[in-house]
Amino acid sequence: MYTVDPRRTTSAAWADVWLGIDVGSDIALANTVGHEIIAAGLVNQDFIDHSTAHFEEYKEAVREWTLDRGEQVTGVPAEVIRQMAHDYATAETAQICWTLGITEHANATDNVLALINLSLLTGHVGRYGSGLVPIRGQNNVQGGGDMGALPNKLPGFQDVEDDEARGKFEALWGHPVPSEAGLHISLMLEAMGNKEITALYVIGENPAQSEADTAHTEALLDGLEFMVVQDIFLTRTAEMADVVLPAAAGWAESDGTSTSSERRVQRIRKALEPPGEAKDDIEIISLLAERMGRGWGIPTAEQAWDELRALSPMHAGMSYKRLEELGGIQWPCPDEDHPGTQFLHSWLWEDPMPREPAPFMPTVWVPPIDELSDEFPVRMTTGRRLDSYNTGVQSGGYHSPLRSGGIIEIAPEDGETLGLAEGDIVTVSSRRGAIDVPVYFHESLRPGLAFMAFHFPDEAAVNQLTIDAWDPKSGTAEFKATAVRIEKVA
Amino acid sequence: MSVTATAIQITIDGRPVEVAAGSTILEACRSIGEDQPTLCYLENLTPVNVCRVCVVEVEGSRTLVPSCSRLVEDGMAVATDSVRVRHSRKMVLEFLASSTDLTTADPVVAEWMDHYEADPDRYGPAAPPSDDRDSRATGHHHVSDGLAAETVYQPAKIDNTLYMRDYSKCILCYKCVEACGADAQNTFAIAIAGRGFDARVSTEFDEPLTNSACVYCGNCIGVCPTGALMFRSEYELRRADLWHEEDQTVTTTICSYCGVGCNLELHVQDNRIVKVTSPLDHSVTDGHLCIKGRFGYEYVQELGDLATTPIDIVLAEARTK
Amino acid sequence: MEVPATASERDAVDGLLGPPESGWDGAQRTARDGRVSFGGFHMAAAQRDLLLPALHAVQSEVGWISRGALDYVCKRLGVPPAEAFGVASFYALLSTEERPPRVAHVCDDVCCRPHGATEIVAALEAAFGPAGTVVDGATWHPSPCLGQCDRAPAVFMQLAGEADAVLTRTNGEAVVAMLRGESVVVDGQPATVVGDLLLGRMGTIDPTSVESHVANKGYEALRRALEMGSAAVVAEVKASNIRGRGGAAFPAGIKWEAVANAPEETRYIICNADESEPGTFKDRVLMEGDPFLLIESMTIAGYAVGAQRGYLYIRGEYPAATALLQSAIEQARTGGYLGPDILGSGFDFDIEVRRGGGAYICGEETALMNSIEGLRGEPRNKPPFPTQHGLFGKPTVINNVETLMNVPTIVVEGGEAFARIGTERSAGTKLFCVSGAVATPGVYEVEMGTTLGELIDRAGGAVGDLQAILLGGAAGAFVGTDMLDLPLTFEDSSARDVSLGSGVVMLFNESADFPDLLRRVAAFFRDESCGQCVPCRVGTVRQEELLARHLTSGRPLDRALLGEIEEVMKDASICGLGHTAAIAIRSAIDIGLLETV
Repeated sequence: MYTVDPRRTTSAAWADVWLGIDVGSDIALANTVGHEIIAAGLVNQDFIDHSTAHFEEYKEAVREWTLDRGEQVTGVPAEVIRQMAHDYATAETAQICWTLGITEHANATDNVLALINLSLLTGHVGRYGSGLVPIRGQNNVQGGGDMGALPNKLPGFQDVEDDEARGKFEALWGHPVPSEAGLHISLMLEAMGNKEITALYVIGENPAQSEADTAHTEALLDGLEFMVVQDIFLTRTAEMADVVLPAAAGWAESDGTSTSSERRVQRIRKALEPPGEAKDDIEIISLLAERMGRGWGIPTAEQAWDELRALSPMHAGMSYKRLEELGGIQWPCPDEDHPGTQFLHSWLWEDPMPREPAPFMPTVWVPPIDELSDEFPVRMTTGRRLDSYNTGVQSGGYHSPLRSGGIIEIAPEDGETLGLAEGDIVTVSSRRGAIDVPVYFHESLRPGLAFMAFHFPDEAAVNQLTIDAWDPKSGTAEFKATAVRIEKVA
Repeated sequence: MSVTATAIQITIDGRPVEVAAGSTILEACRSIGEDQPTLCYLENLTPVNVCRVCVVEVEGSRTLVPSCSRLVEDGMAVATDSVRVRHSRKMVLEFLASSTDLTTADPVVAEWMDHYEADPDRYGPAAPPSDDRDSRATGHHHVSDGLAAETVYQPAKIDNTLYMRDYSKCILCYKCVEACGADAQNTFAIAIAGRGFDARVSTEFDEPLTNSACVYCGNCIGVCPTGALMFRSEYELRRADLWHEEDQTVTTTICSYCGVGCNLELHVQDNRIVKVTSPLDHSVTDGHLCIKGRFGYEYVQELGDLATTPIDIVLAEARTK
Repeated sequence: MEVPATASERDAVDGLLGPPESGWDGAQRTARDGRVSFGGFHMAAAQRDLLLPALHAVQSEVGWISRGALDYVCKRLGVPPAEAFGVASFYALLSTEERPPRVAHVCDDVCCRPHGATEIVAALEAAFGPAGTVVDGATWHPSPCLGQCDRAPAVFMQLAGEADAVLTRTNGEAVVAMLRGESVVVDGQPATVVGDLLLGRMGTIDPTSVESHVANKGYEALRRALEMGSAAVVAEVKASNIRGRGGAAFPAGIKWEAVANAPEETRYIICNADESEPGTFKDRVLMEGDPFLLIESMTIAGYAVGAQRGYLYIRGEYPAATALLQSAIEQARTGGYLGPDILGSGFDFDIEVRRGGGAYICGEETALMNSIEGLRGEPRNKPPFPTQHGLFGKPTVINNVETLMNVPTIVVEGGEAFARIGTERSAGTKLFCVSGAVATPGVYEVEMGTTLGELIDRAGGAVGDLQAILLGGAAGAFVGTDMLDLPLTFEDSSARDVSLGSGVVMLFNESADFPDLLRRVAAFFRDESCGQCVPCRVGTVRQEELLARHLTSGRPLDRALLGEIEEVMKDASICGLGHTAAIAIRSAIDIGLLETV
């Protein structure tokens, strides 16, 4: 097991080898690995010939990524990159797993493509035990996408611009569905800035604290004419809303389904009565529809699910009964005799290929937007801690012996250089803002690298520091790379 | 991928039974509805076969064998209720009951004790608790006059907000160590320390959990058969005489935190979650959880939580409503 | 959370493991450490077997294992601290509580007890106070049998920063002086050794010199084996009918054949030199007197079964034998008798010595393997047997010292010639450890089939009025004089429901305090139970309590309950310790030794 992370995390300590790359040098590393696999003659040529396209373009694109250049950009010794490349290429099966360290960058999509290219180079995809594994950080973020909570998709990842697909929905709902893609969150914030969006209905999100460059986001939300927040908490965003609709907690106070990282749809069940006036999301939306003159009654979760199954082919075989019996089912599951799908992309190994070959997508490395300078010499990255979650509204509810609170961690060597003692309050400044937090030393960090968790916005509003530069393809902001300065509070 | 396992013929208490090669005797027994008592065995852990309550007699074997781990062999003749089996099971239960507090153990233990006519009192009155069980010298013991039966009674360890450890109830089944280690959590915060009757579950140098590698996944509690390890919530409720298992509902749902999709069993009393477990037979995590899934539910509670209010007060308030 | 180690603690560990390679395993942090680390789970697993040697290194240098020392060992090896603590606290010779630099472990077991130990304990109590009291950098503890019964009473000295030492035929004055840091003449008198086959070279060869070994027919057997080929060696050992001399009497040839035919390439040989059965000292005498022959025997065994490596696991209380064996291995390597391409045959083989840490249970073969692997010395459930799934999960032959040392004779003279010695089912000679109330305690080699009475006569006869004999060790049985006609064979002993065990013949006369001795035996099993399985962990306690209740309060002995305890320990314990923990006491009661009170 290899772990690639700027910090030597617990997973890195567990691994056979840890590669401590510079924040934002992921493409450089991937391209160097690709170059080395090609240079060493370790590509899976049969797979490339059979299942992929544009290999020559890729080869050309990584030509400059020699081991030396890789070391120069990532900071990791060349021989270690070489060893990883060889081990990955020659392994019988191999997976690349990643999470937000890859995707919370302004070039997030390219980061992912650079990794996909490696799997195409070696054939480590579409087979049992091999593959590409984006690990979801939230329990039902996959389910959100499945259900069409994406600006360009209908439930079941059917394109809104596909007339046939859209037609099915319109026929069943008896109402036209917009045929153009909507906006993702970063564009929505831009649209609020332009006053193209003046009203907002927020369900189960806390953008006032979760988005990069908090001060800017708050100003945008403040500038709205009307905001409705439907949530189980009175979040910072809810406090700013005109109307708050108290909701039931999805996982414990209502029935339904949830889709995990591995595309497994499982049942959630009501165990508690929701407090006060709080209601199930289905009920809230149904009542809203009724007030808007378009009542459809209040369906049960299972009725809503059965409608989804009628419209989304990948979910068609997943009756509540089967979900119960099988302990969840991984999509696609097109009919009630289908066991679900353990892994995707096995078609790459079929002969003849049922689809167009998978294209290599050459990627170009660019450094993080927020450059280091004499004024802001320290690279700060953000992340999670085991016992906490997102902005802390859920995990803050229990008393964890592990809780670190809002602190900044730096290398012990930097602590010495800066004349700091553990527990000292420091001002952390970026080009966007400054916050005061206690400082602690951690050996997982090397000089010049700092870390903060984003779970404690009230104590340590880290997103006052982060940059809102976002990836044009995914809409994700570059939470992971901020240039900061750390000074002791006098 | 499915390979048809070779079928093996054995007899259990004279009944012919056909089971797949590679099955344990216990699995063979269960396949015909003849469950055997087990304490240290659990489906989601590697058998350690230390409690010896599941022993059976195998024809031709000099000693009894642990059914939980011994694999079947063709022609094996197994007796689960012979005089020797009944004697060993009785004695094991007596040994445990005379040295350990089994008041919160799975109620089935009391049934076994009745069934095998275990009489723990015949070893004499229980010796009082001692406070030196974590510092006894290996290979040495205080020689007693033998009038009282030595016990593992000792003060409970309460060093954090989420767990308590009452090793007076520990039968040393090794399950918590396995769950903390390579069978599930790979944290290795606890291990068996010491030797003989002074063997115990311990962190390094008996450090409090808060100074150990513990990540509070609660998987040790999830597998504990005697209540030696308990969630603080359950422990405080029991102390306040507010734990009413008969009034609790158990609902299986999915964790609200990360994307793994762990199944949670919410134990609810008075519209409050009082404990979270996970089904052992579910393929996602085989009954194991992390700190968030195990404890991160307080945010849906109507009343305050342990961080600010002792749970017995919280629940007493809920009951008077 | 991590506590730093002192310089001497680090030096002790680094002395064994070499200096740390990176900041992640204990060196000064460098820029490279911010970019890469190696190790993780797999490396930790691969190094785990160095845990016990590393703990020993700290213990012997510093005198105890502090939190800082343990953390440093863990950092070096990647072992979780809780697990390392679990291992350290398993062994009586390792201390996780601060302990002074000089510690006397005073044998107060069944043989030393009536032969001077009681006086030593009294002297120590007078000079230092009760066991465990620390005075001026010294303390004392009672100890189970130290394997010096022929030279009783014995004391094992752990001296921080110095080599451990054993005092034999000693007395309270000498022990007190040594604990006070004064130099004491250590009794160097060898034991009485009588015998021709295994013991024939004793006293004539120099145990410190490979030349002496070679000059006395040393390595003839190895050369002969290499000429014969491995299959032929296995065949001779099978033909010899030799059965294990460690206590279980399992035919050695069957083990060898199983491992030689195992499908896996990696195989091991282990020499079980963890001689801890109370009353047993023959293996120590063999190792101290003829270490090269043991090394040669292991090499032949390794060759025969296709092993690449051998482990010699020796009890921690045998410092002299350990040093001699280590020196013998080094000399053998230099001479080309160990290492790559032994004697130009193309056979590669080497041997490592591993020290036990004061745990009787580690003489059990699977517990011993766990101990080598850096785990707690808890026996494994069998099956699978070591020949299939032994050390590090590989096919393993494990034989006792005496068993192995018969191999050169078998190779040179032939298996059939060996089988003709003794009886049909008990081939060869056998060493007996004769001690206690006897004229000349020592190791006696007799042909199998010699009677118990004849053996005792060889040792000059009993001293005083012979009351009982402990036959086979604490795991054996007390027998009366009606057993003197017992032919010493596996079949005869089994027919009369006793066991030769490890060859213990300990005599007791009218001065023996049997109730006291039986309580000591009960305490021994309680102390030495690993604690893993319920029947033994609790059964040994209840057995001791029942005995104590009877002897201290005069209540009638509950023999029925003792019998029930014996039955569950025998039937349901994991290993031989539990299976045999009640036999000696029951046998003593059966022949009326408890009724003398």
